[in-house]
Amino acid sequence: MAVSQDTPAPAAGFTQSRVGHGKDWLLLVVCLLSTCIGGVALFTLLAYVLVDAAGWLDWQFLTSTTSRFPEKAGIFPALVGSIYMAALLIPPAMVLGIGAAVYLTEYARANKLTKFININIANLAGVPSVVWGLLGLGLFIQLFGMRYGTLLVGSLTMTLLILPVIIIASQEAIKAVPDSLRQAAFGMGATRWQTISRVVLPRALPGILTGTVLSLARALGETAPLIMIGVPTAVFATPGGVRDKFTSMTMQLFSWSDYPQPEFQYGVLAAGVVTLLVVLLSLNALAIYLRHRFQNRHG
Amino acid sequence: MESIETAEASLDLTQGVHPWRERLVRSAAFLCAAITVLTTGGIIAVLLVNAAEFFAEWSVWDFLTGTKWSPAIQPVEYGVLPLVWGTMVITLGSALIALPLGVAAAVYLSEYARPKVRAVVKPYLEILAGVPTVVYGYFALVYVTPALKTVFPTISTFNTLSASIVVGIMIIPFVASISEDAIRAVPKSLRMAGYGLGASKFSVVIRVVIPAAFSGIIASFILALSRAIGETMAVTIAAGQTPRLASIFNLEETFLRPAETMTAAMVNIGMSDVTGDSLAYRSLFAIGLVLFFMTFAMNILGSWVTSRFREKYE
Amino acid sequence: MVTASEQSKLSFAEEPTGDGVLKTPPRPSLLQGVSIPEETPAGTSTPVINIRKLDFWYGRDQALFDISMDISDRSVTAIIGPSGCGKSTLLRCINRMNDLVDGTRVKGHLLLEGQDVYGAKVDPVAVRRHIGMVFQKPNPFPKTIFNNIAFGLRIRGRRYARSIEETVQWALQQAYLWDEVKDKLHESATSLSGGQQQRLCIARALATRPKVLLMDEPCSALDPIATGRIEELISQLRNDYTIVIVTHNMQQAARVSEQTAFLCLGKLIEYGLTRDIFTNPKVKQTEDYITGRFG
Repeated sequence: MAVSQDTPAPAAGFTQSRVGHGKDWLLLVVCLLSTCIGGVALFTLLAYVLVDAAGWLDWQFLTSTTSRFPEKAGIFPALVGSIYMAALLIPPAMVLGIGAAVYLTEYARANKLTKFININIANLAGVPSVVWGLLGLGLFIQLFGMRYGTLLVGSLTMTLLILPVIIIASQEAIKAVPDSLRQAAFGMGATRWQTISRVVLPRALPGILTGTVLSLARALGETAPLIMIGVPTAVFATPGGVRDKFTSMTMQLFSWSDYPQPEFQYGVLAAGVVTLLVVLLSLNALAIYLRHRFQNRHG
Repeated sequence: MESIETAEASLDLTQGVHPWRERLVRSAAFLCAAITVLTTGGIIAVLLVNAAEFFAEWSVWDFLTGTKWSPAIQPVEYGVLPLVWGTMVITLGSALIALPLGVAAAVYLSEYARPKVRAVVKPYLEILAGVPTVVYGYFALVYVTPALKTVFPTISTFNTLSASIVVGIMIIPFVASISEDAIRAVPKSLRMAGYGLGASKFSVVIRVVIPAAFSGIIASFILALSRAIGETMAVTIAAGQTPRLASIFNLEETFLRPAETMTAAMVNIGMSDVTGDSLAYRSLFAIGLVLFFMTFAMNILGSWVTSRFREKYE
Repeated sequence: MVTASEQSKLSFAEEPTGDGVLKTPPRPSLLQGVSIPEETPAGTSTPVINIRKLDFWYGRDQALFDISMDISDRSVTAIIGPSGCGKSTLLRCINRMNDLVDGTRVKGHLLLEGQDVYGAKVDPVAVRRHIGMVFQKPNPFPKTIFNNIAFGLRIRGRRYARSIEETVQWALQQAYLWDEVKDKLHESATSLSGGQQQRLCIARALATRPKVLLMDEPCSALDPIATGRIEELISQLRNDYTIVIVTHNMQQAARVSEQTAFLCLGKLIEYGLTRDIFTNPKVKQTEDYITGRFG
């Protein structure tokens, strides 16, 4: 550990070294700029998109299906498809996710198996999303014989994709429940399940919900896995049932990026991007709201 | 008043309280946890089985050393090197952006920012990672590339530089967040020792704090790069789908021209009309296998380094 | 009702020493070390808990050595001793709360009304249903005052609203908290003061009419006024409940208990009537602790 030797000993008094001062200033500026650059870049891009979307993002856009003609193109089936997919994947993802988190924090002993499961979950969280698509392809479509690109396959694949994240977030929320509450419950003669269901989970619920909403936002932003399982880039009718094909907003955007006309590139696409971002922004806002509301309740 | 249960006539402590229900709940919870293990098994199995079928027809050696990737156009060849090259170029490019910016942001957050500022800046950094990757790809294609064209007039519509920039922006939060944890974990006493010896803040940060947080910072690099390697949509849209291989020292050829990454190649095959029995279809899993192992190895390495730096200070 | 301070004056007033210094107890020359009574201290009622040769380990470290004592019904028994001597561990053995920690091991017997709580097929949850516990730091659930008390009733399957309401009121009255909270039963329990929260925890434990009430340093997180009120409460409860209280405050033990057990380093050094322990301890170690020479 080498400490700088270049700050000269003060000749008289304790005036700050000029050299040191300059470098300090430089460091602060560099770090501050670095922090801001990414945000500024993104902000600029978002501003461009918003400007471009003006005029293209209207009711007609939101309620029409796609078309070769930019003026007629709309995002409706994709929007509905995304919403259906989200709705379908919430129940299994939450049940499995909370179940696994409860097991790992409340039931499992601190042994090698538990450690292995936890490490495995952490690794799953880092698997590239396109590989999850391959899992959907090889398992659900090839092995189980499901049809390509249906809501069923899509929601199953996405459930597995967001499961590790939900488990990790739920584990954290459950671990944050103070142990004194569990002690109080056990001291009263509650069984483990009674303690979990009546004391721990209610208290951990805000954190769990926040994690779920954020995972949902992630799922809505994914494209690659859907491509792998054969989700079409455009459907012209909203899906009627689980076995129907569907498309998502992200797939629609991806397909539109192939059209070279500037009206698509700068108009329709911009409107689509803004729509998607608005949906995601609302979900994030919901998550923040949930976190604050429940935090204040407990004080 | 209802009779109180505890005034039982005989105190029978061996009468279990809801034993069946408790056992059922525990088993159900265990199953949920077990599914995660099954999932990993499923991923590995799917990749291995299908890749094995691919390698039965196209040798592993040719795959790993071939310099042409052409699944659809004659002559059909499955050499993965151009794809790896494409992935590496973009990963390198994004690293040049994200690593310095991320560490500097981490230094700002931990050494300079007041708690109120931190509370605002941290979430806003997370937003960078929250934007869908297809949107980043769109940004690259529609805004970044035309902007780059003013600086590099010879740049192609699809190019790796544009992709590197947006992927770099995307992974800044990974570097910043984990590096910040590492920097904050450095004990205050070390900093105080530096200041006490008359060092300037600059010296303390550069010569004391960052070296002390080094392993955590490296961990953040590894994990961020793993994310960049696995990135799909931004690179597919921005860098195009032309597999190429060039010398890294030829900057123009490397950054101003299109390239295809492993992930983009997978999208390419996935979007095309390949049937389940064709070699092209199976090549998907061969690439997927390589990709999986690369990111898996990096994630494990990153986690291991992370756990080591946490141990140091606990 | 006797206040805590008056009570303490009463117990020490029996030995007119003037300057408050304990007399040196007469020491039988051959008697050294531990004296373990096999029966309840004279003058008390039938025992509800019998502890026989209890050993306890946290992993490899033995925390309790060969503890044998009986706890009398409808009285207050205090367990005192220097920190780390195993008081809380012993208390938590009674309702098997130590089972919640990984790696603990028990040898010996602990009988609750004749049944060994560490018997072969015993369900620890069943044990805890007959025993109430109050902890060092008040830990009300983040629920309403009403739901805190009702918790114990609901997990035992009690459903009828009126019956629950009646019991909640009764329990709060038992804990001398009813008047203070009767208008805000449906407010959060965390809005109460520390002392009120602890009385709420006591009420919560009492609501299920436990056979034994265990208290682990219940006043150590409270201010003196709140402490006084809880000590009053304990004195009132002693007529209906068997209470075992762990305390590091010797004066408190002297004030509220009828029997006192002195533990040191996991061994039961002395156990007897409170007034005997504090005025005429039989073992030198006890005397040293009480007069503040160590601990």
